[in-house]
Amino acid sequence: MIEVKQLHKKYGELHVLKGIDLSVKKGEVVCVIGASGSGKSTLLYCINGLETIQKGEVLIDGISVHDKNTDLNKLRQNVGMVFQQWNSFPHLTALENVALSPRVVKKMSKIEAQEIAKKQLIHVGLEDKLNVYPSALSGGQQQRLAIARALAMEPSYMLFDEVTSALDPELVGEVLDTLRLLAKDGMTMICVTHEMSFARDVADRVAYFHEGLMEEIGPPEQIFGDNPKSEKTKKFLANVK
Amino acid sequence: MNSAGSAFTNLSWVDLIFLGEAAIRTLQISIVSIFFGTVIGIILGWMLAAGNVFVRIAVSSILDVFRSVPLIIQLILFDSFVSIAGYPMPAFWSGTIVLSVYCAALVAMVARAGIEAVSPNLRRAARSLGMGYWQDLRYIVWPVGLRAVFPSWIGVALSVLKDSALVSAIGYLELMRASQILTTKTQESFKIMLLIGLFYFLMSYPISKAGEFVEKKWQS
Amino acid sequence: MDYQFLWPPVIKALPKLLDAALLTMQVSVISMIFGLSIGLLLSFGRRSKYFIPRTLSSIWVEIARNTPVLFQIFFCYWGLGEFGIFLSSFVAVVTALSFNTAGYMAETFRGGFNAIPDTQLNAARSLGMSFFQTQRYIIVPQVLRVIYYPMTNQFIWVILMSSLGMLAGLRELTGETQYFNSRTFRTFEFFAATAVIYYIIAKLVMLGARLLGWRLFRGQS
Repeated sequence: MIEVKQLHKKYGELHVLKGIDLSVKKGEVVCVIGASGSGKSTLLYCINGLETIQKGEVLIDGISVHDKNTDLNKLRQNVGMVFQQWNSFPHLTALENVALSPRVVKKMSKIEAQEIAKKQLIHVGLEDKLNVYPSALSGGQQQRLAIARALAMEPSYMLFDEVTSALDPELVGEVLDTLRLLAKDGMTMICVTHEMSFARDVADRVAYFHEGLMEEIGPPEQIFGDNPKSEKTKKFLANVK
Repeated sequence: MNSAGSAFTNLSWVDLIFLGEAAIRTLQISIVSIFFGTVIGIILGWMLAAGNVFVRIAVSSILDVFRSVPLIIQLILFDSFVSIAGYPMPAFWSGTIVLSVYCAALVAMVARAGIEAVSPNLRRAARSLGMGYWQDLRYIVWPVGLRAVFPSWIGVALSVLKDSALVSAIGYLELMRASQILTTKTQESFKIMLLIGLFYFLMSYPISKAGEFVEKKWQS
Repeated sequence: MDYQFLWPPVIKALPKLLDAALLTMQVSVISMIFGLSIGLLLSFGRRSKYFIPRTLSSIWVEIARNTPVLFQIFFCYWGLGEFGIFLSSFVAVVTALSFNTAGYMAETFRGGFNAIPDTQLNAARSLGMSFFQTQRYIIVPQVLRVIYYPMTNQFIWVILMSSLGMLAGLRELTGETQYFNSRTFRTFEFFAATAVIYYIIAKLVMLGARLLGWRLFRGQS
């Protein structure tokens, strides 16, 4: 379970998160929507310990992420993350991209790591690209590669940070299909996204962020239905539709 | 009147003036070589960027020789060649000629990069406004390309200034050679070294920093 | 021109010259290894948040880049006598060339590190890699790729600059040529032959580097 309690994050003077409370149960898919700059991506960075926090707490299976005594590298093995920019490692083939962290972080043998990598690449539909360098892959393929790379660590949780925002429109579908597949497999996921129809289909709960606060959270029927509880949610959705 | 203070016990004012004059000769040969080298280098760079395939291969393989043979060997070879050819010349001129050609070989690369940095679309736009080839070069390629490679040119000019120290090897009495003569005479090698090192540094460092400043300013 | 070119002395001396070329390569390779390692440290030093390593690295880099190599060689050979340090020709030339190369490579490394986006760092950290694992498997291999060709050029440059060893009494290729020149007074012939040898060395190094680069970075772009 991921628990976020009264989380505050500031960049200097800029108050990005102003007290967020959120808990995500095993197997749950939570989609986070909201305008750019509302703090939704920052939330993911804080959950993964890539950013420090000023107040509050993030617990993953009861372990505090920002506690000085926490071994972040170990914790992160359990929390996969995929970014807006796919960040493929350009000097490694697709297979090596995926096999690297099982091998060096989990200290698996090379063969074992490659087996896992192959399995994950097949899972995301890249079985014919194993020995290809990222420069020869499309954006959508690179993003699926990034998903396979995170999955190869066999995490219990996955964080997706606007994974389709940097893609050409015709490539969005293949990546969302991969996410749908994951959700169906029962992966616990937090997806920051601008794809409203995806959120509506896949999410167990949808959270709307506005200026550093979680304005509203609830099942998709509540947020996307006729009567979201908050006027701000209503206004935001009216604008993006 | 023949001591320049306690720090330079064995160095007299005469010695310091000797060094100063040599420093001026270092600047003279550098500036003359950088001037000729730049002019020739720009023409060669234009040939590299705009010439047909034969011109390009010919020019680039000739220039390549000057960048693949040590400068000191170029100096000695040229100096001995002009004497056996029966036209011996003062070390200043053989030094200047070799340094200029060396500088031209480096500037040619910079100039080509500058011309290629100007996007073809920009040049097409200029031509579409009715500019001729030379007008396009003069009003579009020159100012735009100059901006792109001016910092690299500064780098080349400074390396010619520093490499002018090698002209000492064919007997030109510039700063490095003067320092050696004085070292033999006064046995104050460390202090003399410090002085001439400081001279080169004070010539080179501010110019290189100014180049970096200009680069940053133009990039933003 | 009534000069008669005389090549037999050069041909007779060729084996000796090629031996000296080996010394040139030794000096260059050793200087390059020191220069690269120190240059890497200096590039870290310049990005350090502490004043002392930052300042010392900057001083090193600026002196190396803003004074002539010949000055640096002379300083190592004669200038250190003040402190009772007398280096052999070989050590003095290697020291000076390493000093110089470190300064230039520090800047090259800096450019290389700047060319790798921070997002690569985040991606690696999010996979649970430690700082050193991230550097070792993600950052450094990519930096090496970026600096590979500048590094090759620097190496050729070191080979050419090692010719100044002659002026500090080192019998590398140019020094050996000068030695034969002083015995035969066939200046043009000897130095022309040496120029050809340098040219061939430079081309071979370039070719080797291209082939190796092609092998190492095949497919990536």
